Amino acid sequence: MSTVAERRGSGKQTSIFLRMLLRAAVLRRGRAASALLAMIVAAAAATAMLNLYVDVQAKLRKEFRNYGANVVVVGRDGTELPADALNKVEAVISGRGLAVPFAYVVARTAEGQSVVVAGTDFDKVRKLDSWWSVSNWPQGPEDALVGTRAAGVVSAQGKRFDLSFQGRTIHLNPAGALSTGAAEDSRVYISLPEFENWTGIQPSTIEIAASGSADEVNAAIARLVEVLPEAEVRPVRQIMEGEARVLGKTKATLLASASLIILTAALCVLSTLMGWVLDRRRDFAIMKALGASERLISSFFAAEAGVLGATGAVVGFVIGIGAAAWIGRVNFHAPVVPRFNVLPWILLGSVAVALISAVLPMSLLRRVQPAVILRGE
Amino acid sequence: MFVRLVYESFRRQKRRKALAGVAIVLGVGVATAMIAVATDVGDKMSRELRTYGANLLVTPQEDSLDLQIGGVDLKPPSDGAYLNEADLPKIRGTFWHHNIVGFSPMLPVNVDVDGKKLTLVGTYFSKKLTFGKEDFATGVRITHPWWKVRGAWPEDESEDVLVGESLAGKLGIKPGDEIQIGQENVSGDASAEKGSEPNARFVGATNAPIRAARPDPSLAKRGRLGMTTQPHRVAGILSTGSAEDGEIVGPLGVAQQILEKPGAVRRLYVSAMTKPEDALARRDPKTMNSELFDRWYCSPYVQSIAYQLQEAIPHSHAEQIRQVAQTEGTVLSRIQGLMLLITFAALLASALAVSAAMATAIFERRGEVGLMKALGAGNAAIAGLFFVEAALLALIGGLIGFGAGAVLARQIGRSIFDSQIAIDPVLLPVVLALAVIVTFAGSALAIRRAVKFDPVYALRGEA
Repeated sequence: MSTVAERRGSGKQTSIFLRMLLRAAVLRRGRAASALLAMIVAAAAATAMLNLYVDVQAKLRKEFRNYGANVVVVGRDGTELPADALNKVEAVISGRGLAVPFAYVVARTAEGQSVVVAGTDFDKVRKLDSWWSVSNWPQGPEDALVGTRAAGVVSAQGKRFDLSFQGRTIHLNPAGALSTGAAEDSRVYISLPEFENWTGIQPSTIEIAASGSADEVNAAIARLVEVLPEAEVRPVRQIMEGEARVLGKTKATLLASASLIILTAALCVLSTLMGWVLDRRRDFAIMKALGASERLISSFFAAEAGVLGATGAVVGFVIGIGAAAWIGRVNFHAPVVPRFNVLPWILLGSVAVALISAVLPMSLLRRVQPAVILRGE
Repeated sequence: MFVRLVYESFRRQKRRKALAGVAIVLGVGVATAMIAVATDVGDKMSRELRTYGANLLVTPQEDSLDLQIGGVDLKPPSDGAYLNEADLPKIRGTFWHHNIVGFSPMLPVNVDVDGKKLTLVGTYFSKKLTFGKEDFATGVRITHPWWKVRGAWPEDESEDVLVGESLAGKLGIKPGDEIQIGQENVSGDASAEKGSEPNARFVGATNAPIRAARPDPSLAKRGRLGMTTQPHRVAGILSTGSAEDGEIVGPLGVAQQILEKPGAVRRLYVSAMTKPEDALARRDPKTMNSELFDRWYCSPYVQSIAYQLQEAIPHSHAEQIRQVAQTEGTVLSRIQGLMLLITFAALLASALAVSAAMATAIFERRGEVGLMKALGAGNAAIAGLFFVEAALLALIGGLIGFGAGAVLARQIGRSIFDSQIAIDPVLLPVVLALAVIVTFAGSALAIRRAVKFDPVYALRGEA
């Protein structure tokens, strides 16, 4: 019997407790809403910043791949690579990057001038070297991509031209002009099958744009060294070091901004919630006057703050993920992947801030006599 | 009376005013710091992106075609035209010389070391130059920051050289050793048959002579004079991850001496901070009218800097290295865009913080409002009083916040980029105006509600 009575008693107590919480929110709708709004904004800002901070590295790494190859495989002393080298390289990077073969010879024009001719895979080069400024990519088998400086030597008027290598001649059609500002400007590019038919020479270089973090790229390099012992595998230090440096600086800037924003948002919550609790000192005094224990009142206000914090965190989390996705779409043209493992931290932080802002004014009020508060002083 | 009310309100409610003031100081401080960082991040990142090396290449206008494979130059040294070393300091006289981080001349020459044919590249390491009254240092240590040296960098005035990593391994050279470097032993016809070694492997062993190896009168003369070898100390072993690993790199003077062409420079790498390209940048300067041309000329586009380099160095052709220049533009605009969006978020968060603090501060004073109303004050007078107080708070808080934000931005700049982030004084009125607007907006709703209360309820504390 006593257990039933106890249960009923405790049941009534919790139901009163819940009703008090609910009434507090309903009766002071404006104040509760503004406190909740502050909470939501803070949680949303924190979520968006954390999501961005985690995802921006991956996004920027993708941008950095615009610099082209970060790993180069070359035959030792300029010799040809084995025929299966490209397959081996592609097996190692297995879709996480791009591998483009290049073969080179020095050929002669009809006038006896020397020019470097390269054979490559145009579709892949187009993706790897996005900075190449090309008027028109070659389509047909006899189409060639002619560097702006080489054009003056091989075909000044844009007419078809002949090139010869070891007594064998090839007729080419200058389909497009290539401009890069570097050595490529002095070369003629043709498709690899055409090149191999003509010269019988295999690629001597494979340029690889390996995606992923520095560790992943280093692991890929180690595996490449393993599978291609006859070739020289080297990282393009210019690209890798530049990337590491710029990425590090961007991350640091982002972290500083994120901390500032989260700090401001937390302070906003703190001031709003403290105002809300201080505002209700009359409730506090009435409860005390009616004989509520300090512990009950404290737990009441703490529960209120906790519920507010948790609700704000969940709603803010959803909004924050949306904001991060929007920033990703606007700036990087790819949405930021939501990270749900951020949620516990946001929840924890929100509830903690809410509790602090409830407990601080409580400790101030505890020292004051209820009568003084009720008299409005 | 009005002034006294405002004064007394500030004097008597120090704690409350301080609370609202702190919120404004914080909000404005964060906003100022974020705006400063976001506006300056392009400049700072541009400097960091210079780690990728030169973005402009200057070559002689009349240069013959490059024969370069895998970074190895197959062109004979006597071929083609040269730039004049004496013209280089003039780069400091161009309009955008502050944006030019550094430049390095390169002069590859073929040399003979123990019967092996190698390439020696002459360059500046950290050469001290003078233009007008200005002294400055430039060279590969600035333009090629990924070059690493085990041992020491040679002095630009010395005869010391660096040996590439893989070459050093092959020859068994350590820093501090001495190597004999001689002019390549070419004697006219012999070279025509052999070709130089790097040529042979791309052209095929039994290849007919290419233009590169045509008998050249100057070569023949040099060949007849005989080969002179000179001892050079190896100051360090160079590691670059590219073609230089198999070459010798020495001071420019050494290469010119071997080539017997004082003052000759084959090409010049220039590293400049640029602005991302836009529609104006891509236009041909010849088709612009003078006003547009001035605007183009005075923007740090990579194209206009190339144009100015061509003006400064006679008989030269300057071209952007698209791999570095174009990609830099993309990466830079992404980072700037990101910072801009984040700054918006920061502004929003600080605006909310300030509004919330103001609303709380005014809400707490509804008793006062009731008293004023009971004494016969009109709504406009009460609202006016609150707005003046808010404006005063915003101005004082804004000023302090601006100062705090400037210090914060400076700290961020120093700790992340090792350089100052300058605050534009133009920002001050903008930030103050923003602070006043946000404070007003935050107060407006609370004031409206405070004024609407029935004074009786407000005074009884039942609102």
